[in-house]
Amino acid sequence: MSEQVLATLEKKFGEAIASTHIELGDACAVVDPQKLLEIATFLRDDPAMAFDVPVFCTCNDRLGEEPRFEVFYALLSLEHKHRIRLICRLPEDKPEIQSLSGLWKGFGWLERETYDMYGIHFEGHGDLRRLYMYDEFEGYPLRKDYPKDKRQPLVRRDFSST
Amino acid sequence: MAELKNLVLGRKTVEDLDEGDEIPNELMTLNMGPSHPAMHGTVRIVLKVDGERIVEGDVQPGYLHRCFEKESEYATYSQIFPYTDRLNYVSPMLNNVGYAMAVEKMMGLTSEIPERAEYIRVLVGEVSRVTDHMTCLGAAAMEVGAFTPFLYLLKARDWLFTLLEELSGARLTYSYVRVGGVVKDLTPTFLDHLDHNIDETEKVLDECQSMLLNNRIFRDRMEDVGPLSAEDAKNYGLTGPCLRACGVDYDVRKDFPYSIYDRFEFDVPVGTKGDCFDRFLVRMEEMRQSIRILRQARAQIPDGPVMADDPRVSMPPKRETYNTIEAMIRHFKHIMDGIRVPPGQSYSFTEGGNGELGFFVVADGTGRPYKCYVRSPSLINLQTVGDTIKGAFISDIVPIFGMINMIGGECDK
Repeated sequence: MSEQVLATLEKKFGEAIASTHIELGDACAVVDPQKLLEIATFLRDDPAMAFDVPVFCTCNDRLGEEPRFEVFYALLSLEHKHRIRLICRLPEDKPEIQSLSGLWKGFGWLERETYDMYGIHFEGHGDLRRLYMYDEFEGYPLRKDYPKDKRQPLVRRDFSST
Repeated sequence: MAELKNLVLGRKTVEDLDEGDEIPNELMTLNMGPSHPAMHGTVRIVLKVDGERIVEGDVQPGYLHRCFEKESEYATYSQIFPYTDRLNYVSPMLNNVGYAMAVEKMMGLTSEIPERAEYIRVLVGEVSRVTDHMTCLGAAAMEVGAFTPFLYLLKARDWLFTLLEELSGARLTYSYVRVGGVVKDLTPTFLDHLDHNIDETEKVLDECQSMLLNNRIFRDRMEDVGPLSAEDAKNYGLTGPCLRACGVDYDVRKDFPYSIYDRFEFDVPVGTKGDCFDRFLVRMEEMRQSIRILRQARAQIPDGPVMADDPRVSMPPKRETYNTIEAMIRHFKHIMDGIRVPPGQSYSFTEGGNGELGFFVVADGTGRPYKCYVRSPSLINLQTVGDTIKGAFISDIVPIFGMINMIGGECDK
């Protein structure tokens, strides 16, 4: 089932799919970040794909490798019972990617979380605030170059002006 | 434009007023939480209210963030078990099992788990599911004014905690499951105690259901409150009892059978409207189905080992550890370096208390994960609250929030 999804994607998008593989039973496709939105729209709307449920969105910081960031989007189709994981590789100096929160509302918070933890900017998200941390937090805690015992400056909020 | 504003606000704005219309109030911004007596969890909702009606609600989680993922990157694979206990702390066994299965998948151990260990995992997992739903229903009932069912359900939950305490020595943070099986065999009296406790628990469930189901106040507070369409629910990625209440038949145990769940006969209850009352009914029925699974598993459980016989994951017997140098070194490496997981990425998912509980692990070949992401169903379920409370009354937040069953530990990681 998953093989068919990957084969269809490769046939339809050609160049935009850098590679596909099945790792430990999970179907994965490495896609061009520029074409992500187009591919995701196809995955959602095509009746043979019908990926109607967002599963998770996260990032992996491969410090020392280029491109540094790997953003994952996992999708599930309740109708066909198949899953896919889209992988987008982003360079260190420009960690920007198109947001999928317009296609699946569930990615809204998950993208905010990824932004909060890894500093990935999702274009067209609309409400890209930190999710877990507070606004004044400095740095992105799940990046590999963020020390585990790092201290944060004391935040003083001025409530009198608001 | 005036009509649109009317739709959004639920009333006319000042400039659209006709003669004789009442003058509307200005919207008020109201903070609910992070610590609020009517909400059992630390979450903040910034509300824009028009009188009692909610125009907009911004839900802000994160007050219980304990850096699960960052800590996991510095811990060996075995040391992560106690952290998973503290994710959904009303059903820790389910988290234990979910995480263990993620590591086993990466090591290719999934089919090597002994039969008895699989049965024990189902037993403790389903007991945990019952405790999870009991906490949710009890607390939600209490928050809408029914204090007695809360006490009854917590009494039964305590029996089940005592049951699991017999196995692990802890009442809440069990850390009972290991990669490759479970830490030790059932106690000789466990199955008898289980029989007794699930019989008693069933009686408590009947009692509580009869108290709540025909209670006018309870039904008024729950029925048609916070409904969600099946389309929206899927679009939000909702899973678990909340999704099934919307009428979508999706249960990981049935649709992607894992462990030995294909051997048991059980039904997946679904609702029709997706309102709070449906969520209540679905959870109530799910507990009964869990008890049904428990009875079958209890009857089928075979004898045998409870840990995979694989030196990569199992500790040597203590007798050998203290008497031979090889076992001593194996023990030492196991503790200090951790279980070596071959490099790779994998996503493994199970049916947790609140929905699809997934672990996405990236391994680099050492004894510690390079990345350990948890797909926490609570977080994704909580996201719908912002939408469902729109247009509701402030008092409706309490049942809506209660029935989402947001568990701070899991939601905020």
